[in-house]
Amino acid sequence: MWLNFDLFPDSASTLSGRVDQLYFFVMGVTAFFSLLIAGLIVTFFLRYRRRHGNLFGSAIHGSIPLEITWSVIPLGISLFIFVWGAQVFFALSRPPADATEFFAVGKQWMWKFQHPEGHREINELHVPIGLPIKLTMTSEDVIHSFFVPAFRVKADVLPGRYTTVWFEATRPGRYHLFCAEYCGAEHSLMGGWVVVMEPNEYEIWLAGAGTGQTLTASGEEIFTQRACNTCHRLETQARGPSLNGIFGRRVALKDGRMVLADESYLRESILNPAAKVVAGYDPVMPTFQGQLSEEEVLSLLHYLKSLAPAAGDSALPAGARPARTMRDRGAS
Amino acid sequence: MTAIAQAPPAVRPDYLNDGYGVRSWLLTSDHKRIAILYLISVTAFFLLGGIFAVLLRLELLTPQGDLVQPDTYNRLFTMHGVTMVFFFLIPGIPAVLGNFLVPLMIGARDLAFPKLNLLSWYIYTLGALFTLLAIVMGGVDTGWTFYTPFSTSYSNTHVILTGVGIFVTGFSSILTGLNFIVTIHRMRAPGLTWFRLPLFIWSHYATSLIMILGTPVIAITVLLLAFERAFHVGIFDPALGGDPILFQHLFWFYSHPAVYIMVLPAMGVISELVAAFSKKRVFGYEFVALASIAIAVLGFLVWGHHMFVSGQSVYAATIFSVLSMLVAIPSAVKVFNWTATLYQGSIWYQTPMLYALGFIGLFTIGGLTGIAVAALGIDVHVHDTYFIVAHFHYIMVGGTTLAYLGGLHYWWPKMSGKMYPEFWAKLSALIIFIGFNLTFFPQFILGYLGMPRRYHAYPEEFQVLHVLSTAGASILGVGYLIPMVYFTWTMRYGKRCEPNPWGALGLEWEAATPPPSHNFDQIPVVTTEAYDYVGQATRQLLARRTAGGAAESSAGGEAARG
Repeated sequence: MWLNFDLFPDSASTLSGRVDQLYFFVMGVTAFFSLLIAGLIVTFFLRYRRRHGNLFGSAIHGSIPLEITWSVIPLGISLFIFVWGAQVFFALSRPPADATEFFAVGKQWMWKFQHPEGHREINELHVPIGLPIKLTMTSEDVIHSFFVPAFRVKADVLPGRYTTVWFEATRPGRYHLFCAEYCGAEHSLMGGWVVVMEPNEYEIWLAGAGTGQTLTASGEEIFTQRACNTCHRLETQARGPSLNGIFGRRVALKDGRMVLADESYLRESILNPAAKVVAGYDPVMPTFQGQLSEEEVLSLLHYLKSLAPAAGDSALPAGARPARTMRDRGAS
Repeated sequence: MTAIAQAPPAVRPDYLNDGYGVRSWLLTSDHKRIAILYLISVTAFFLLGGIFAVLLRLELLTPQGDLVQPDTYNRLFTMHGVTMVFFFLIPGIPAVLGNFLVPLMIGARDLAFPKLNLLSWYIYTLGALFTLLAIVMGGVDTGWTFYTPFSTSYSNTHVILTGVGIFVTGFSSILTGLNFIVTIHRMRAPGLTWFRLPLFIWSHYATSLIMILGTPVIAITVLLLAFERAFHVGIFDPALGGDPILFQHLFWFYSHPAVYIMVLPAMGVISELVAAFSKKRVFGYEFVALASIAIAVLGFLVWGHHMFVSGQSVYAATIFSVLSMLVAIPSAVKVFNWTATLYQGSIWYQTPMLYALGFIGLFTIGGLTGIAVAALGIDVHVHDTYFIVAHFHYIMVGGTTLAYLGGLHYWWPKMSGKMYPEFWAKLSALIIFIGFNLTFFPQFILGYLGMPRRYHAYPEEFQVLHVLSTAGASILGVGYLIPMVYFTWTMRYGKRCEPNPWGALGLEWEAATPPPSHNFDQIPVVTTEAYDYVGQATRQLLARRTAGGAAESSAGGEAARG
């Protein structure tokens, strides 16, 4: 135990260095002020100890200039830290537009991952370096939290909605994956590894890991199996609205609201279709609550995202499609 | 009665010898006796919470979960949190020291509502019994934060019973806060204006505001939780149509201000100690006083900093981050003013002062690491790790508990009429300081390394730091046991102390030691500001010059009235 002993975590993502710089700065401020206060206490301790001729203190009431000084300086420093912290946070929260989407499902007490190519993994996630990865996550039961210390990223994983986390690994290696939100008996065992590989090794791994269907293909299969396509026909108007280019579009609802068709909206419309009915349609769709696993819903979403806008659809241009999630929308 | 009448000088009547039976204690409405009842209760819960902590630290000595089952471990950390937070830290200083001292310090004969005060102790005890029952029946495993939907739909432990305990105990907090606010407004001695009040009173006033405004919210939250758990009404569980983040908002709306319920009274104690042992007015008195109010108000606006990675919007997170930074300002103002008070003081190193100086140092570290976790970019990484555990233990153990012990030593002569043994007290203060730092400093490093909290087993590379932490906890445990032994010992065998062993100013030192049941034979009239040590010394000097030796003592007594 005494040999395998670290004081600082591995740094293996594009943003981990930025988090560390901020951390070092704040720890520097902490050390400076702690030592300042401790130094003053010790100095006064020795200099003004009670002795004959010094049985009561001086008549000092206070000093407005000093009060202003030690209010304004901490205010300036803490606001500086706030701005810096917010910048890092925005970088951590906003995946680049070209990020590749992976999926994760947390459940008591394991992590299930899906690669866009269709590979599934449990408690282990293989990723190549240099590829920005956006992980869209949900939980089957309680709240979990996806935490990879080496990447300095963490995001809670909630039942009933999607959250995201993104990272771009920079150094090959095996890094701890933890569940950071207490989730019951085996919480401390709900972890695993993120295996970061050189891109060519990753290709070899992908090839050797057996081929599943791609997520889009399995999503399409479910779409047909569940007969979604009888109403949501792709080219023509039918009993359900067309789903071409649906993702990222603004949708007018029957009650007059406009909503953004993001992951959470699509998920809700599959599981609880009556909640938000599109303008011009009747609430005739049956619920799929309890009939689809979270992985199946994710495959469906992936399929829906792959549907290109049909000609004449007023979808946002692909480049302007915001990588928005509920984290941005204040969904709480 | 007749025996006393025959030998009047032998026993001066005080609140301790005013009746001896169990009834005279359990039916008392004397704020000082109620303080002692609370002292006994919170000490019992501190011991209980401490036993849980010992078991937790022993389990964490090795990476494997080998001492207890995972289920047991989860119950242990939950019950450690519940007992320490709701039954020791929140009532600790206000209900023990506050109950004893608020009337004495403002020259009143009791609190405004003495019977409500007794009722608050009974409510506390009832809540405590529910919680103890839950513990005896097997405990609860949700963490003291009771996050949904785990607590409502997944845990199969005694969540509702524990919730009832917390719900009930909350009312004792509300009654105490109400009592303090009315007392401080209505019952100050003649001449005791707001800006002549001891800072202990200011901080208890600020605390009371939080108790009254915040506690109902936790009561509602616990009620909703129990409702969902018992009747499957969808409030928090998404499977039932609820929102789990809503629970976190409600929970932290109380539980963040609750941190200030724990630390504001501690700050009040420190102001008293620093003044008394520097023989000097607290530097920038008005700023220290108003900083308490500022902390109480700002404390209600920062709850969302517990939820930066919970799925709340990034804009909400940004607002909560900047508001959290603002709390640092009044806290820094206090620390700088205490430190400046020492300048040109007459510093007397008795045990209470050692605790006060320890508090200032540890609170500084706790507060500054609070800035680290309020900074969004850092919090994403350290949230729910040992960094957080270390941070809040620096505030609650290094801060609140040190102040509580310092205050207990300072006012122990007043409360018991007996002096504690100085050597043992200094030794235990030193042991606690060393043990505390050894326990919690390694946890900052562990947290940044990525060790998540509430882990029963952990990767091997974290072991060295865990071993250091457990070693520190053992030292800390010894440090706590020593005062428990000598305080108990002094009750029986301690020598009677002087009425004012510290030569301190303040109305509580003007009352007899220990005070009689009615506190003051004559309600004092206040003519000077608080901590007027220089004024007192000047008046003593003048009196000595103008009058002979005979007048000296009475002038001294007169001056002390300031």
